[in-house]
Amino acid sequence: MGQIQLKQVTKSFGSTEVIPPLDLTIEDGEFTVFVGPSGCGKSTLLRLIAGLEDITTGHIEIDGQDATSVVPAKRGLAMVFQSYALYPHMSVRKNIAFPLRMAKLDQAAIDQKVEAAAAVLNLTDYLDRRPGQLSGGQRQRVAIGRAIVREPSAFLFDEPLSNLDAALRVGMRLEISELHERLKTTMVYVTHDQVEAMTMADKIVVLQAGVIEQVGTPLELYRTPRNIFVAGFIGSPKMNFLTGEEAAKHGAHTVGIRPEHIDVVESGGAWQGTVGVAEHLGSDTFFHIHNTGLAETLTVRAIGDVSLRHGDTIHLSPRVEEFHRFDAAGLRIA
Amino acid sequence: MATKASRSAARIMMAPAVVLLLGWMLVPLIMTLWFSFTKYLPLRGDSIERGLDWVGIANYARFISSSSFWPAVQTTLIMVGGVLLITVVLGILLAMLLDQPMWGQGVVRILVIAPFFVMPTVSALVWKNMLMDPVNGIFAHLWRFFGAEPVAWLQDASLSSIIMIVSWQWLPFATLILLTAIQSLDSEQLEAAEMDGAPVIKRFWYIVLPHLARAITIVILIQTIFLLSIFAEIFVTTGGAFGTRTLTYLIFQRVIDSQNIGLGSAGGVYAIILANVVAIFLMRIVGKNLDA
Repeated sequence: MGQIQLKQVTKSFGSTEVIPPLDLTIEDGEFTVFVGPSGCGKSTLLRLIAGLEDITTGHIEIDGQDATSVVPAKRGLAMVFQSYALYPHMSVRKNIAFPLRMAKLDQAAIDQKVEAAAAVLNLTDYLDRRPGQLSGGQRQRVAIGRAIVREPSAFLFDEPLSNLDAALRVGMRLEISELHERLKTTMVYVTHDQVEAMTMADKIVVLQAGVIEQVGTPLELYRTPRNIFVAGFIGSPKMNFLTGEEAAKHGAHTVGIRPEHIDVVESGGAWQGTVGVAEHLGSDTFFHIHNTGLAETLTVRAIGDVSLRHGDTIHLSPRVEEFHRFDAAGLRIA
Repeated sequence: MATKASRSAARIMMAPAVVLLLGWMLVPLIMTLWFSFTKYLPLRGDSIERGLDWVGIANYARFISSSSFWPAVQTTLIMVGGVLLITVVLGILLAMLLDQPMWGQGVVRILVIAPFFVMPTVSALVWKNMLMDPVNGIFAHLWRFFGAEPVAWLQDASLSSIIMIVSWQWLPFATLILLTAIQSLDSEQLEAAEMDGAPVIKRFWYIVLPHLARAITIVILIQTIFLLSIFAEIFVTTGGAFGTRTLTYLIFQRVIDSQNIGLGSAGGVYAIILANVVAIFLMRIVGKNLDA
């Protein structure tokens, strides 16, 4: 079990309101990702759920029970911190056993649970090492191990991959996703990286300045962003936004079109411009195009290696059905 | 930089400093060793110019067989141990207190460090005359206010009084080092322990204290070195009476009061040995603590 419900939750530090009244339900077994630019309040929100910060007003319910004033240890949640927060003077075994020792389990039960967690996370060979002797990925796994042994009703992850290098991050992303498939426990995951959010989440919560901009599955957010912020935040490279004449043609204040929805054509095409920077990745080519008369730069994704270079003239054909239309307030026009 | 020429140039340029430092250490040490094997009583006409009589280990035997030797060693160890205990325990508590965000933090921190700037002689005299005086001291007034008989601190509780004075002087040092150590503790570790179900006391015991182990080691080692040679505080308060004669003070009395330089030098060599024994002992205990 692990359903978490936030009801009219607010948080203020002194006189600054970080989170205005907010309602959110995280269903049991769901992998929910809080995503947003830095300073948007996503970590604060996670800490409110964990109980590490007191909420200013409102209620938090865990499995239908009011947990607003319950101390962190009694909420049945486990947290993985950005810095891993391993206890440096304890061996891996003692680190993982720590929550069990605090819960006063007998030694036999502790040993058995620690061994089981270590086996799941491939840490068996490292149990007697200190955290300082482990690599970043292994430390991450120890932190997850310490969370698993408690058998919490939900896991909270606070940007757990941001200290890892790019290759390791992709690997750990898969491991965490697999862990979720296996444990089927609720997970709440905070990140500023929209790729992590898109690849891991069952449900994404996009936050900006403490306000929930949109909640939905990754593809819902990709296909039907509710406003310009979400449209720009989800998807990589970023969506192109056009205003003025081009937008007026579609009866909107702003139109957005994703780089992958603009085709590069030999000749003709609705738009043309000069290639600025061309990023050749082999599988794709990203063009940054100037002098289109539409926007300062236009980003276009072409599949495969397209042999256009800096300064070349490029002909483009946007897919009309893929335009996103927004009104003057930045909201989506259905 | 690391050419042969530059390396030898560096050696030549460092030489004067090295020679000076070595001389500074070795000359007094060798002289002490030499005197300790001779009969050197200046008032009886002995002097270096006239040549000193070699007496072998007679001074060592006499110093150790004196009835004041073992009590002095004991007093030294009690005093050092007492001050260490008080400064480390109170230092940890004060450091945790000062680590809390509070109004006027900067001023409070400077005030806490202040005793360290007072000269030992001055602070001991202030304690003796203003606080501990059995007639006019603040403590005496306080005791009388509550209807109690004033305590003659430096007579009836002399050793504890000196421990108190010295602890007051060294508490700032311990607090300062422990405070910087506490400030380097990752707050996420404490939060993780909180999530793991550790109440405040256990968080202190399992997270904060192990984190401080290294700093505590440094405090203990440095303080021990300085505390073994405490002198001014004893000199201006009890003058070595009422069971406050430490090894250092005993040596002082042998050399100055009895004018027996040979005997005092032998005591000095014993003090060197004691300091090393204590140091090795501490290293062992503390080293084990660091591994646990």
